[in-house]
Amino acid sequence: MVEKKSNKKSLTMLVLKLRTFIALIVITIFFGILVPNFLSMGNLVIMSKHVAINAFLAIGMTFVIITGGIDLSVGSIVGLAGMTAGFLINEGLILPMFGVTVYFNVGAIILITLLLGTFIGGINGIIITKFNVAPFIGTLGMLYIARGAALLSSDGKTFSNLVGKTEFGNTGFPTLGTGTFIGIPISIWLMIIVGLVAAYVAMKTPLGRHIYAVGGNENAAKLSGVKVKKVKILVYMFSGFCSAIAGLVIASQLVASHPLSGNTFELNAIAAVVLGGTSLMGGIGTIGGTIVGAFVIGVLGDGLVMMGVSSFWQMVIKGIVIIAAVVIDQIQIKAQAKATLEG
Amino acid sequence: MNESRSVKKESDKLDIILKARQVSKKYPGTLALNQVDFNVYRGKVNVLVGENGAGKSTLMKIIAGAIEITSGKLLLEDEEIVIRNVDDAAKYGIGIVYQELNLFPNLNIAENIFMAREIRSKGPLIDHQEQILRTKALMKQLEQAIDPKELVSNLRIGQQQIVEIAKALSQDVNILIMDEPSSALSSAEVSILFKMINELKARGVSIIYISHRLEELIQIGDYITVLRDGKLEAEAEIKNIDVQWIVEKMVGESAEKKINHTNKAQDKEVLNVENVCLSRQGGGFTVDHVSISLKAGEIVGLYGLMGAGRSELFDCLMGLEAEAKGTIILDGQDISKSSVVQRIQKGMALIPEDRQREGLIQVMSVTDNMTLSSLWAYLKGFHILAKKVKASVEKCINDISIKVSSPQVVVSSLSGGNQQKVVIGKALLTSPKVLLMDEPGRGIDVGAKTDVFKIMNDLAEKGLGILFVTTELKEILSISDRIIVMSKGKITGEFDRQEATEEILVNASAIGHKLETPLAG
Repeated sequence: MVEKKSNKKSLTMLVLKLRTFIALIVITIFFGILVPNFLSMGNLVIMSKHVAINAFLAIGMTFVIITGGIDLSVGSIVGLAGMTAGFLINEGLILPMFGVTVYFNVGAIILITLLLGTFIGGINGIIITKFNVAPFIGTLGMLYIARGAALLSSDGKTFSNLVGKTEFGNTGFPTLGTGTFIGIPISIWLMIIVGLVAAYVAMKTPLGRHIYAVGGNENAAKLSGVKVKKVKILVYMFSGFCSAIAGLVIASQLVASHPLSGNTFELNAIAAVVLGGTSLMGGIGTIGGTIVGAFVIGVLGDGLVMMGVSSFWQMVIKGIVIIAAVVIDQIQIKAQAKATLEG
Repeated sequence: MNESRSVKKESDKLDIILKARQVSKKYPGTLALNQVDFNVYRGKVNVLVGENGAGKSTLMKIIAGAIEITSGKLLLEDEEIVIRNVDDAAKYGIGIVYQELNLFPNLNIAENIFMAREIRSKGPLIDHQEQILRTKALMKQLEQAIDPKELVSNLRIGQQQIVEIAKALSQDVNILIMDEPSSALSSAEVSILFKMINELKARGVSIIYISHRLEELIQIGDYITVLRDGKLEAEAEIKNIDVQWIVEKMVGESAEKKINHTNKAQDKEVLNVENVCLSRQGGGFTVDHVSISLKAGEIVGLYGLMGAGRSELFDCLMGLEAEAKGTIILDGQDISKSSVVQRIQKGMALIPEDRQREGLIQVMSVTDNMTLSSLWAYLKGFHILAKKVKASVEKCINDISIKVSSPQVVVSSLSGGNQQKVVIGKALLTSPKVLLMDEPGRGIDVGAKTDVFKIMNDLAEKGLGILFVTTELKEILSISDRIIVMSKGKITGEFDRQEATEEILVNASAIGHKLETPLAG
């Protein structure tokens, strides 16, 4: 009898623990019933492609938030990364002193863009650690700077038709966004790879342990020999890197880069991280949770669109889901304490 | 058991203002209080003692309304009362001075004292003048010449404690709970505190007093209640008992295990510190040309008053102060220019004074905390070898006998003494040659303290050099091979175990202060 009771209890705890995952399944089934073709392979792949963009940003953001920081500049880095790739493909790198224009191949362009994103993240990290600027403010500043730079790069115009030219040897950029591998889009593969690497770093490497330590208690981490500043700079660099991936994928999917691309994406990323159970106080969180969180937001968004719900109502519903998730989070913490108490 | 029963019978005749009956409190994984009876005698100092985790603070928090009772009841003047929150407690005239300071560093003293009970002038406006006047009166009562408009962040810890006491005094209380009020006070401040307590007693206020300083309890207390493992162990009138009795009831053994001291110092020097200096802001030195030599297997105690520069010296040795000057030779290697990480890898380890703020990462597990400083020892490339981690954590837990249900539990669920052992474990896993311990016995109970000192002895036997700081004279005299006294950043005395006495140490620790008094006055 007692055993049965405790079994029931541990089941409740499991449900609470996996709540975001269960919520994901519930809303998927919900839309599956109401929306025809919602559960078709084609639609699931399209939704996953949408989710991937947010997931890149959210994975980078997870580490930042675990250290107790925040990165508001990710959306702008998405825009700037797309513009950088677009500029290099369509305009090339103009070297006035030699009077020549250099066109890179697509691999080099992707590399340059990723380095740029990482570099901007590094600047965020340096501003925050060396000059003691609050992460909220430092990255808010970068949000404006990077967006401004994106607009400046084309004077506000869109770089379109990013297919490159055979004579310049820079064709193939759209493959990143539209290509597939074993029938699954490359962007989804990328999300899986980035997610797995990040989860591995979080769980199995000293850097991961140090990230959690910095967020849990910076003082103690420092005295334990953790290089706190280095760890912080690294997480912002990784966040910038992830943002650049998202920027490249978007530009490649659209075969165009728009300077306002990625606007307000930072909010979706933060929402996914929070839905995934990461604490804004730092020290607690998982990559797996974040990815599930990104899927909840993505599936909800696409499902509502397909149901024909107005975009205004979509915003209201998204807001309710985010708040509800955090409220349930708090309930779980209390229930867990109570369960261990009685158990 | 007989003893407590007979006392209880007698106590029925006495005037008990507050009774706790069969009070229990459950926390995740632990029963913090197990059907405890507790009496508060009117107008007396009711002392409550017990090891860490015995349930003293829990019982007090229940009475003060900070946490809710799981079962049992409270009787005030023989009528059952329910205290759900702090406001309820205030209504019944119960005030508390918490062990951890609960002050707002960003506000001034007067604002702190009247927090959430602000004196209003007209309508919603705060009458700052009145608040300041009353604060001034309170400060005068406590013999403190501090401006009520001073920010709390500018006060010394001892002064902050005084503010906390003033805050409790400012409320008209019948019952005042003081949870380790003297832990951060100097002896002069303690005597003021005792004077205050006697005045309060004269006014009919009943005091509940918690402290780890047993001699102090005998001096100030009227009644004593001993808790052990969340249960009532004994209650007695203080005039009938002595320190030995308290220790026996607390530990449950005949007496504190005496540590057998043997001098294990080898000839080899493991640490040589020469002319280490740390400038003080606004001139002078916090650490003033300090030179120390430490041999393998030697335990050296560093004694001094608060602010003598001992903790700062440790910071210099650990590489936490970029401005520090001087040479530090660790086991033949010059580490004066090395970073914290390099120093740890070369064999220096620090056990910080404040384990909550500097020692532990509360949200992480015991394993993760213990291995945080030594992750480099378990690596294969970037990969942490979980098996290797598990093996050495388990070995360390056994070696220093940390009581945990599993190495994976979150560290914040452990008792104070076990948390301290986790911090020690973390240092030991870095395979140190020199161990710097800042107040290793602070805030942990007698039993855990004995354990910690035993660990120190064992480590010395294995050839570690240990440099430790404490303000407890008995502690330092019982475990040190050699004692160095610091005052105002300087070394003012160095004594062998045989020649050191309490008197000699106290005198040496005051040298710097004596020099400065005429100048300051």
